[in-house]
Amino acid sequence: MSPRLQATLMPWLVVAGLFAAWELLVIVAGLPPFVLPAPTAVFAALAEFAGPITHHALHTLGTTVVGFALSVAGGVALGVAVGSSAVAYRSLFPVLIGFNSIPKVAIVPVLIIWFGIGAVPAIITACLISFFPITVNVATGIATLEPELRDVLRSLGASRLDILRKVGLPRAAPYFFASLKIAITLAFVGSIISETVGSNEGVGYLMIQASSRFQIPLVFAALLVVAAMGVAMYFVFAILERRMTFWATRGVDAGYATGG
Amino acid sequence: MTDSAARFVALEGVSLRYGGEGGGTLAVAGLDLAIARGEFAAVVGPSGCGKSTLMKLATGLAPASEGAVIVAGHEVTGPLKIVGMAFQNPTLLPWRTTLDNVLLPLEIVEPYKSSFRRDREKHVARAKALLATVGLSGFEARYPWQLSGGMQQRASLCRALIHEPALLMLDEPFAALDAFTREELWAVLQALWMERRFTCILVTHDLREAVYLADTVHVMSARPGRVIETRRIDLPRPRDLEASFAPEFVGIVHDLRARIAEARAAA
Ligand SMILES: Nc1ncnc2c1ncn2[C@@H]1O[C@H](COP(=O)(O)OP(=O)(O)O)[C@@H](O)[C@H]1O
Ligand SMILES: [Mg+2]
Repeated sequence: MSPRLQATLMPWLVVAGLFAAWELLVIVAGLPPFVLPAPTAVFAALAEFAGPITHHALHTLGTTVVGFALSVAGGVALGVAVGSSAVAYRSLFPVLIGFNSIPKVAIVPVLIIWFGIGAVPAIITACLISFFPITVNVATGIATLEPELRDVLRSLGASRLDILRKVGLPRAAPYFFASLKIAITLAFVGSIISETVGSNEGVGYLMIQASSRFQIPLVFAALLVVAAMGVAMYFVFAILERRMTFWATRGVDAGYATGG
Repeated sequence: MTDSAARFVALEGVSLRYGGEGGGTLAVAGLDLAIARGEFAAVVGPSGCGKSTLMKLATGLAPASEGAVIVAGHEVTGPLKIVGMAFQNPTLLPWRTTLDNVLLPLEIVEPYKSSFRRDREKHVARAKALLATVGLSGFEARYPWQLSGGMQQRASLCRALIHEPALLMLDEPFAALDAFTREELWAVLQALWMERRFTCILVTHDLREAVYLADTVHVMSARPGRVIETRRIDLPRPRDLEASFAPEFVGIVHDLRARIAEARAAA
């Protein structure tokens, strides 16, 4: 098998293996479906409820992407501010860390009081939970500019804006794209948390509804869909990352170092 | 020679302390140095004696704690804009091709900046010509990480010179290269300097490099650094590697070596 084919095939084999083990566990232990449904039961539920699952999944995808887009905009702006000034770095960082330590599930009820049941609290939660890694990464990329390079630029009379545009932002790009992969999966977590607390649409709502009716296979089917959406978005951003920051991997992808 | 030409770069009783009040490090103290316009000066000294600090002082990147730094007849109060710099680390931008790396200063320095887009073709032609003089023809479209260390350092030299700075500052630019590449680059740098006659300050700990390239070699004491000896090198140019094994050349290297040994012992 060529290394390339092997690399593409392996993740699928692992997933298939996991499902097989899961199925086996359920059969051998004789677990009833309302404790742990077998993958076959989950897939059956997936097929049976394909319509509602699609509806709610698209809703969740929508709120997640909107919240994520907001967090990218805010995270980059904040990251640039924090990364390009030592004062901002020192004064804002503790606040950011404090904010990030708050469990977002605790904020959702407040958001619902403010904005009512619906998409808005989900969008805000997705945004709040995912902007931190973006901010930290962008700030790090900008703040770790080599002193010699800064000297070269300053001795050319470069303004702070020049330095940011010519070096800071391009340099932060690999950090930024790496953070997007993490942030998008966090954004899913955020919108689903919000939907489980208070919403009448979305995968989170669907799961709460299903579990209150003891439709555990449907709960698992919804979880599976969330995982699949997370993986899909992750790869979208992984491909984007490779395209945009090929130079950061020093052409390792360009052929010779495929390993295996 | 007018005073501002004979003392194009002048440090007068300069000291610099890092790390603020009380403690901190006194990097240089009582530093006196004068370099004429168009001169090639080398600064040698034991490690940690303040050579890089001297570079920062002369370019206005670090303000002197005491004394005056004068360049081109004016006291230096902030970063100069007539300087090209290159360091041991080539610091090329990995997302730019070699050509675009060399063009970077033109996107920042006036008068090139405001008309950069309009005159781009002219600048590209100039950058290619400069790359050709250092032996990098055909590598314009490569990325720095596709070049060897010596080639990166050549490109870094081009970046430092593309905007035709009046003052070139080199801080141990060849220190990380192997001996053969280093000696090749001495010839490259000498050729560039003989053609353009910019004022050059080269910091190095390689005494052969200093004597090969420089008109004057300044020896620094151990920290806090100051210049303890200035030696004129009147060997004819262009100098070549063969000349660097001649008795006169070797004699100068020997003398300088002894001075630095004294400086280290005194520390
Ligand atoms: N930014 C800095 N902050 C504090 N101390 C510094 C700084 N830069 C250099 N020093 C100290 O100043 C002294 C001279 O440094 P430097 O000029 O880099 O020496 P050299 O280039 O001759 O090796 C050293 O003792 C070094 O530790
Ligand atoms: Mg140094």
